[in-house]
Amino acid sequence: MKWLLKGGRVVDPANGRDGAFDVLIDGETIARVGRNLPVDTDTQVVELPAGIVISPGLIDMHVHLREPGQEHKETVATGTAAAVVGGFTAVACMPNTSPVNDNAGVTEYILKQARAANLARVYPIGAVSRGQNGEQLADIAELRAAGCVAVTDDGRPVATALLMRRALEYTQMFNIPVIEHCEEQSLKGDGVAHEGFHASSLGLRGIPGECESIMAQRDISLAELTGGIVHIAHMSARQTLDAVRYGKHRQVKVTCEVAPHHFILTDERLGTPTPYDTNAKMNPPLRETADRDAMLKGLADGSVDVIATDHAPHHYDEKHVEFDRAPFGITGLETAVSLCFDRLIHAGVISLPRLIELLSVNPARIIGVKGGALTEGAPADLTLLAPDLAVTVQAAAMVSKSKNTPFDGWKLRGGVAATIVGGRPVYVNAAVSGLALLSDRPAAH
Amino acid sequence: MKKDLLSISDLTRDEIYRILETADAMREIGTRPIKKVPTLRGKTVVNLFYEPSTRTRTSFEIAEKRLSADTLNIAVSASSVQKGETLADTAMNIEAMSPDMIVIRHASSGACHLLSRICKSRIINAGDGMHEHPTQALLDAYTIRQHKPTIEGLKVAIVGDLLHSRVLRSNVLLLTKLGADVWVCGPPTLVPRGMQQLGVTVSTSVEAAIDRADVIMMLRIQQERMQGAYFPSLREYFSLFGMTSARVALAKPDVIIMHPGPMNRGVEIASDVADGPHSVILEQVANGVAVRMAVLYLLAGGVEDEVAA
Amino acid sequence: MPVVMDANRIGRTLTRIAHEILERSRGIDDLALVGIQRRGVPLARRLATMINQIQEEDGTASSAGPLATGALDITLYRDDLRRHAASAQPVVGRTDIPFSIDDKRILLVDDVLFTGRTIRAALDALIEFGRPKSIHLAVLVDRGHRELPIKADYVGKNLPTSLSQSVQVRLVETDGRDEVEIQE
Repeated sequence: MKWLLKGGRVVDPANGRDGAFDVLIDGETIARVGRNLPVDTDTQVVELPAGIVISPGLIDMHVHLREPGQEHKETVATGTAAAVVGGFTAVACMPNTSPVNDNAGVTEYILKQARAANLARVYPIGAVSRGQNGEQLADIAELRAAGCVAVTDDGRPVATALLMRRALEYTQMFNIPVIEHCEEQSLKGDGVAHEGFHASSLGLRGIPGECESIMAQRDISLAELTGGIVHIAHMSARQTLDAVRYGKHRQVKVTCEVAPHHFILTDERLGTPTPYDTNAKMNPPLRETADRDAMLKGLADGSVDVIATDHAPHHYDEKHVEFDRAPFGITGLETAVSLCFDRLIHAGVISLPRLIELLSVNPARIIGVKGGALTEGAPADLTLLAPDLAVTVQAAAMVSKSKNTPFDGWKLRGGVAATIVGGRPVYVNAAVSGLALLSDRPAAH
Repeated sequence: MKKDLLSISDLTRDEIYRILETADAMREIGTRPIKKVPTLRGKTVVNLFYEPSTRTRTSFEIAEKRLSADTLNIAVSASSVQKGETLADTAMNIEAMSPDMIVIRHASSGACHLLSRICKSRIINAGDGMHEHPTQALLDAYTIRQHKPTIEGLKVAIVGDLLHSRVLRSNVLLLTKLGADVWVCGPPTLVPRGMQQLGVTVSTSVEAAIDRADVIMMLRIQQERMQGAYFPSLREYFSLFGMTSARVALAKPDVIIMHPGPMNRGVEIASDVADGPHSVILEQVANGVAVRMAVLYLLAGGVEDEVAA
Repeated sequence: MPVVMDANRIGRTLTRIAHEILERSRGIDDLALVGIQRRGVPLARRLATMINQIQEEDGTASSAGPLATGALDITLYRDDLRRHAASAQPVVGRTDIPFSIDDKRILLVDDVLFTGRTIRAALDALIEFGRPKSIHLAVLVDRGHRELPIKADYVGKNLPTSLSQSVQVRLVETDGRDEVEIQE
């Protein structure tokens, strides 16, 4: 069974395409991309409504699916459901589960749950150290063989410079990156918010930006020493971005990501509109305006490689506590695309092809997975985007198990029209008219 | 007045003066043979204390009793917080018994804001973590006004652990709002980032800070919070920042010395200063009752922004 | 709006009340005047001054010196505070009774007697200061509409009013001029 998407604007930076192209999907793969493709009798034509953008499937390379162990916050099933609603055809999930994903058993369990959910593709990320304890390397070859695409001790940094050095050396056998949660822990102390005017006046213990950049500098130096690949996760501080630029300038194998909240919000949010809103508490913390603006600049000038959400679901009860007792983190999968459209595209910060590099091309390259391009013969993972869709963020209506977002009630321009994974529409946005034919398509597998 | 008193920033200049003037009337009640008025008869005030506090809790309780409110003290120890119910649950349980006001002291900054979002009762912040202690700042202002014709233009030096002090934050907001020239002073390890943005002068020289000061306010060195090694020793702290008679001589001759208590004699303040002629430390305690009566009385009234709240 | 008493009339009325007080009191050694905040306070002071003057003119000045006067604020005794008022709390004035009221004959002074609730509050407030021998009441204007069994002993002027009207007393000390006005 073949079907042809007609009438969309194909933005496929990996193949240098941006314009009106037809996309022919045959079963689970992309058969052809071209202008005015011939239609034979067994091809169903789907005429897209005006303005729809066809993008290679978006990939969020930094999410917490919480399974196994914290299924009250999220599961692989609910997390991947949130992913496809958010336009992501694939997610890479962090190993700080319970038990930690530091062995093939946990990796296989996650993949089994992902197959059962049958929504977004799931790429597990293994632990750097056993139990994420920062002492002994995890069985990285075993993790890689089981399907892990990278290693990280996310939730905390790789504990010592020596262990990081070993990890950067060892992972070269598999050509996978070490993803680093940069945080100099003695400097962080029991900090809960960015160290600055707002934390000071609210009486919250501070975490300076240098807490992040010092660790990034360490890791970039070690990547230079070893030739290993380091990816700096969820960058928040301008000094960290400078460290990454310095590393790139010296040809170090370093890439980096930034989360939407770090290029949109600032620490002013700690006090307004709701003082001590625990949905303004994440790690790294919301930083000051200069940092936020530096992230926007990094997105525009190419220094930033990836936008990832750091989707960190937490149960309402866990967040409905005193600010300093609340866990760090917010959800991100279901808001990222609309936030990027509204604050990056419509605000004139970056172009749409650049956004798709950040959300699809580059993450696919960094974690070394298929995708990121609408290439003939590739899996038919596509995201259909509606750049002018009026979207109101409604936390209560989210499909993620957790609703901890600081963007509740935000009115944004731009959103997801449909998500297609392996040739199968797994999400069609009812708010976008003219997509009925997509909804009616029977499951391909 | 707003529904709650969580921060000095909830108050306008006029409301601050109104509280101070009402406190004047309340102070007279404390001089009567029967130190009680029926004003808050039938109202229930819950004193919810998550941190031990003799002074503040007693002061609130006396204020409540002088206004004839029914008072209930709930002391929650830190250990039972760890294993017990959440603050939100405690708040909902107390709220279910419909008290009129809740006075809360809590180790977490912003705990009173959480309570305020849950409860219809009026909330009075009796100290939240490192954030604020608004009634302390009000009673400090009241005490200053007893000794100085006006707060506007006074040089006020606040010396000590600026980082962890809720008394500091409330006093800075209040005194700058009333036009004082506020200097804050402490070792650089205990100066919070961005203090200058609050409109104060930051100095690490106690001599500069108290030079010709009208008011010196000493902050407690919280020895239990000094685990982070903010300075080498109490001895060295005292030699650099301790308030001694020699230092007091740098201030104006009619300077008043204040301390929110409890004092560490020989750490932040020398005994001869604490007990000396410039000290108004016990007056602060006495004024606490009158100021808290004023706050309780004024908060018991209608709320101007009830709809918004 | 009609001004029902001007400065001249108020002055003469107070003089009459002062005479009545002297006549009925038979000696004023144990008499003290307590004005109710705000306008009862200057009225009490004026009455005390007048009484002292009359006595000097008569050569019957008291050996105890000028009449004692005090100020009483009844805000904290009001019976409407416990209802959750929509408006902000009323301003609390100063209470200043610089003498013991025990065994004194107290004359409460206020500007307008209306429902009687203020006087009820004043009686409660006063009794907490001690045990006076007696309490009497003097008002400049009685406008009727009592809601409690309270009656003034000295009345400057009975002023029939409707409930929709209000009576505004102005005094030099508080308002810059003396007059009584009825407002619709």
